[in-house]
Amino acid sequence: MRWLSLLGVIRRTGRIAEPAPPRPAPDPSVVVPDALRGSVQVRHVDAGSCNGCEIEVGAAFGPVYDVERYGARLVASPRHADVLAVTGVVTHNMVEPLVRTVEATPEPRLVVAIGDCARNCGMFAGGYGVAGSVSDIVDVDLEVPGCPPRPEAIVAALRQVTGR
Amino acid sequence: MTAVVLIIVQVLVALAVTPLLLGVMRQVRSRLESRVGAGVLQPYRDVAKLLRKQPLRAQGSSPILVYAPLVLLVSSLMIVALVPLITTSSLVTIPSDLFVVVSLLLVGTVAMAVLGLDGGTAFGGMGSSRHMMIAALVEPTVLMSVYALSVPVGSSTLSTIVAARGLDPARVVTPAGLLAVVALVIVVLAETGRLPVDNPSTHLELTMVHEAMILESAGRDLAWLEVGSWLRLTALLGLVVNLALPWGVAADASPLMLVLGVVALVVKLLAAGAIVAAAEVFMAKLRLFRVPELLAGSFVLAFLAVTASYLAG
Repeated sequence: MRWLSLLGVIRRTGRIAEPAPPRPAPDPSVVVPDALRGSVQVRHVDAGSCNGCEIEVGAAFGPVYDVERYGARLVASPRHADVLAVTGVVTHNMVEPLVRTVEATPEPRLVVAIGDCARNCGMFAGGYGVAGSVSDIVDVDLEVPGCPPRPEAIVAALRQVTGR
Repeated sequence: MTAVVLIIVQVLVALAVTPLLLGVMRQVRSRLESRVGAGVLQPYRDVAKLLRKQPLRAQGSSPILVYAPLVLLVSSLMIVALVPLITTSSLVTIPSDLFVVVSLLLVGTVAMAVLGLDGGTAFGGMGSSRHMMIAALVEPTVLMSVYALSVPVGSSTLSTIVAARGLDPARVVTPAGLLAVVALVIVVLAETGRLPVDNPSTHLELTMVHEAMILESAGRDLAWLEVGSWLRLTALLGLVVNLALPWGVAADASPLMLVLGVVALVVKLLAAGAIVAAAEVFMAKLRLFRVPELLAGSFVLAFLAVTASYLAG
């Protein structure tokens, strides 16, 4: 009868997703290829993050913020991806994996730098293990500021891409 | 000639309704997980996007990476054409014989396993070996359970079996019929990579079966793989619902019967998909070493169904 109690939990919980905020105004500085409208597969790359941004990315894809309702989905392979979500400063050991992940992603693709570390090295700037910010290594199309960025900000950035 | 037209209609309907079936299944799952869900039309958008992306192929991979998705797609289209989904009339030269359909399933399975090996990654090979193990356990059960249904009809042609069950509803609730349908449901879930055998939405490479084989495919190649494996789900789920509820399947080519057949198929298919998706929420994936026990259980059911169909007629 375990499934009956699970059914009770499902009924009591109802819908926990937050009401959808209005669609963000399109940012003219971001060029989104037409092919990616409405459906975006995201591959997450941790280039040397403290795991703060990972928790927020996880929350954005969780049931409460539910970015999947706008057509974004996490995938397991860069070959399936349209968007690479890069978090953290790029450490020396992650330079080559990051470059190769971008090369393994089919065109048209976008690179999103999530968090202050990915944008400008944040508090780790000048560290001996740091090779640079994400834009020092690969071309970045979209940035999400914050340390760590709120899930709403990550959702808004991905909605820029899906246009939904 | 009319049979050809009917089969073309059947393939087109299956192609149109398959993404919707996946969309409904994902949406039901999202709602039960307290999410909002991407909407039932998301799989159409996903496929349209994949078709517009440049396919990227791994360095050193062979043409198998290009041709295996096409082999899978063509074999799935042939299964959809042969299985009685909206009509029970079949081609005279290529009947919808049980053995033809199972062989076509194997063609697609092998194409996918070879594709998994071709990428040269460890996960691809692992997925291929698991997929072949499951296929080896599934195919005998498919043969046995449909064989049990074919004994009272005296024909191994699927459309004849469905037509005979539709004419004589008493056949549907015989012990042999029920056992065979239960066995078929289990193997269809295993063959199409659903829970509890494989998790279609997993991100963990170590637990993947189907997903692990397609990790190296991108763009158009991936679109063909997705559509090909979704079509298998449509065909097998459609076959099961038509065997379990053999009403509304068009017996002749009159337009009214055809419309009724299409509507009945869509309703039955989407309802079955929603039930499968809802049941999956309550299930965890089985450990790989427990999968043979489940599939052996379904084989026992199919074997009992064959025995019962000989004893009880």
